[in-house]
Amino acid sequence: MGFRSPLGRAIGAGSAKSGFEHWWGQRVSAAGLGLLGLWFVVSILGVDLGDHAAVSAWIASMPHATLLILLVVTLLYHSNLGINVVLEDYVHGGKLVFSLAVVRFVHVVMAVAAIYSIVKLSLGVQA
Amino acid sequence: MAEFRLPANSRVQPGHEHKAPTGSTRVRKFRIYRYDPTAGANPRMDSYEVDLDKCGPMVLDALIKIKNEVDATLTFRRSCREGICGSCAMNIDGTNTLACIKATEDVRGDVNIYPLPHMPVVKDLVPDLTHFYAQYASIKPWLQTKSPAPSDRERLQTKADREKIDMPSNCILCACCSTACPSYWWNPEKYLGPATLLAAYRWLADSRDEATGERLDYLEDPFKLYRCHTIMNCTYTCPKGLNPAWAIGQIKQMIAERKL
Repeated sequence: MGFRSPLGRAIGAGSAKSGFEHWWGQRVSAAGLGLLGLWFVVSILGVDLGDHAAVSAWIASMPHATLLILLVVTLLYHSNLGINVVLEDYVHGGKLVFSLAVVRFVHVVMAVAAIYSIVKLSLGVQA
Repeated sequence: MAEFRLPANSRVQPGHEHKAPTGSTRVRKFRIYRYDPTAGANPRMDSYEVDLDKCGPMVLDALIKIKNEVDATLTFRRSCREGICGSCAMNIDGTNTLACIKATEDVRGDVNIYPLPHMPVVKDLVPDLTHFYAQYASIKPWLQTKSPAPSDRERLQTKADREKIDMPSNCILCACCSTACPSYWWNPEKYLGPATLLAAYRWLADSRDEATGERLDYLEDPFKLYRCHTIMNCTYTCPKGLNPAWAIGQIKQMIAERKL
């Protein structure tokens, strides 16, 4: 505490002049997830999920693969933003910096793995 | 990490019981948080039985009666006793409100009274609001203009423009909303809290103010503004019936309109 004035403490380092992109991204990705999620549920209902070949063929179709990659990326982007908020609320100081980096890394790894799987499945099957 | 349990020296212990005088007709028990920083002891809950037939209708009336007649060491702030000064803000029956406009009759069972949550306690029901007031000062809560004042009159405002600042101007800075906000509990140093943001909106919405850009610059911050997750405790608890959550939404919208 020392002799720092209450106003000095309240102002701190001032404004980071950011935060809007995060807030807006969360809302846009939520709307996108609603639409893509609806497409996914409706579309997957017509596929026999017990049949590997049928599912592979469904993924292999160009519009399905495109939308599926979009769904995965939007989902992970939204999830990353949401988990960031939870961490910023409850974790402070150096632990926060570290955990934000770990969460970002895990999300990127999941995105790469998912996209690779979708591409592999669609290229491996003659649509 | 956020602390979900009170530190060992803040845990509340059972305290003294003060019985109602014999011959009392309508007895209610007030359980009150007591903390004396000079005693070196943990906070405790003292209980006081009050005869409501010999007491005014509001919780503040009972507190004053207890202080006058039973226990002069009980410490709390009060001034106007009519809901305009904001001094007697405290947590009554689980909700932050003003003791002077909270009727004892509206509380079922024992009346539990605590200081405003998650603030440093000076003594008993008196929280330290230094940081809260400093945050209010940090948003420069006064008219800022660039054009010189008209030489022959005030800066004019239409009736419709004035109505836009009616609601936020009615805030009495009692701190009920900010201390009811979980985001403010977890990040009080960096998040401005609903009371200060409502005050910020009051100047953003003022047609005479010419510092809108600077004000939005200061507020656009992941912590100062965007810690608000629209939990709405602020609006629920406001003893003046104001809507800080709506005002915060308006600030976010103003920033969005400036960017998009």
